Amino acid sequence: METLSYRHKARERAAGSKSLAIIGVVASGNLEVLVERVLPDTQCQVDINTAAVGFGAVWEAVIADFVARRSPGGLKLSINDGGARPDTVALRLAQAVRLIEEDEE
Amino acid sequence: MNPSKPEAAVEPIVLNSKIVSWYEASARQRVRLMLDAGSFQEFIGPEQREESPHLQVFDLPTQFDDGIIVGRGRMAGAPVFVAAQEGRFMGGAFGEVHGAKLTGLLRAAREVASLAVLILFDTGGVRLQEANAGELAIAEIMRAVMEARAAGVKVIGLIGGRAGCYGGGGLIAGCCSALAVSEQGRISVSGPEVIETNRGVEEFDSRDRALVWRTMGGKHRRLLGGAEAFVDDTVDSFRNIALNLISAVPGFGPDILKAEQARLEQRLQRFGMCADAVDIWKAEGVADTEAVPAMAAADFNDLANKAREPRYDAR
Repeated sequence: METLSYRHKARERAAGSKSLAIIGVVASGNLEVLVERVLPDTQCQVDINTAAVGFGAVWEAVIADFVARRSPGGLKLSINDGGARPDTVALRLAQAVRLIEEDEE
Repeated sequence: MNPSKPEAAVEPIVLNSKIVSWYEASARQRVRLMLDAGSFQEFIGPEQREESPHLQVFDLPTQFDDGIIVGRGRMAGAPVFVAAQEGRFMGGAFGEVHGAKLTGLLRAAREVASLAVLILFDTGGVRLQEANAGELAIAEIMRAVMEARAAGVKVIGLIGGRAGCYGGGGLIAGCCSALAVSEQGRISVSGPEVIETNRGVEEFDSRDRALVWRTMGGKHRRLLGGAEAFVDDTVDSFRNIALNLISAVPGFGPDILKAEQARLEQRLQRFGMCADAVDIWKAEGVADTEAVPAMAAADFNDLANKAREPRYDAR
């Protein structure tokens, strides 16, 4: 297992008022993303626990791209990864932000 | 992350419970779509990070909810307790935390005594990486199910997930007040590969899918009396049957246990010599046994109700 953590400045605060959302499942080629609204409005943090060791550079690029596209200010994203491909990771990150930005049911 | 790894499952976010497949849905989707909108309250949610303390020893990834969601919600306005296993995380297997969450829910149900418990099984049995804790968890859960039932709680098992309901999950299912199963749901203790490994391919050929489905699949369990209801593979069907079973199932006491014992003895007497599930269906009076596997749920239920009304006085 490998643990990685990235902090970014976000342009703006993520929309919505939900405090928590979760998407995905830990399985081969898949991952779960838990997103919590716990940081100051311009901060974003991504903590990763991954089964595939040695892909820090790929994670760094995917996370930087995600922060630039979605501006997830105020969000802490925690990932348990079962060896997902970068496109799956990008999809789950986008889904997680969309979920926490949705209105309460 | 692994850039060379091909293909990953993509979870569609769809909201219509009438068309959402139970088999394809995640545990969270099943719970959210089955209960009244917005009514689910999770106990020990993923943000509390009660993960398995054993998996890291094996260098395996954990899941924030340890593969089971427990909580309470409402169905058609009435409060219920719910537990849902995620069959894609380690095959929905029972570990220490996973098991403790279900045990705790059942004990809470026993104390409250007036709310039904729905267990959405999706499990291969005990998690081998924490086998001792998992086996103990199965025993604790079985006891907790019986104690809850003795306190007047109805415990309904719903089975239709990828992992089926195997190993200790099959034992727990046997303790429930009633079970509903879909075509895709399989109920057994030893799985096909386990039987083949231990007793040889002549005993059970695990690669013969038709054999697997007609021996452990939902239709056979319904015809044999192991499950009270057979349903279509949609969230809506499972919701409706759960409501139905909660009201149809009688209370629990010595008379029910005696009736269950009698039912099982009778079953052994009638079918003990049958070599194949098809022989049992024939003995139950199913004329065209060839047609059973491809039969739609409504037609199959007509046939099954003619052959054998579900027995609510046993179990």
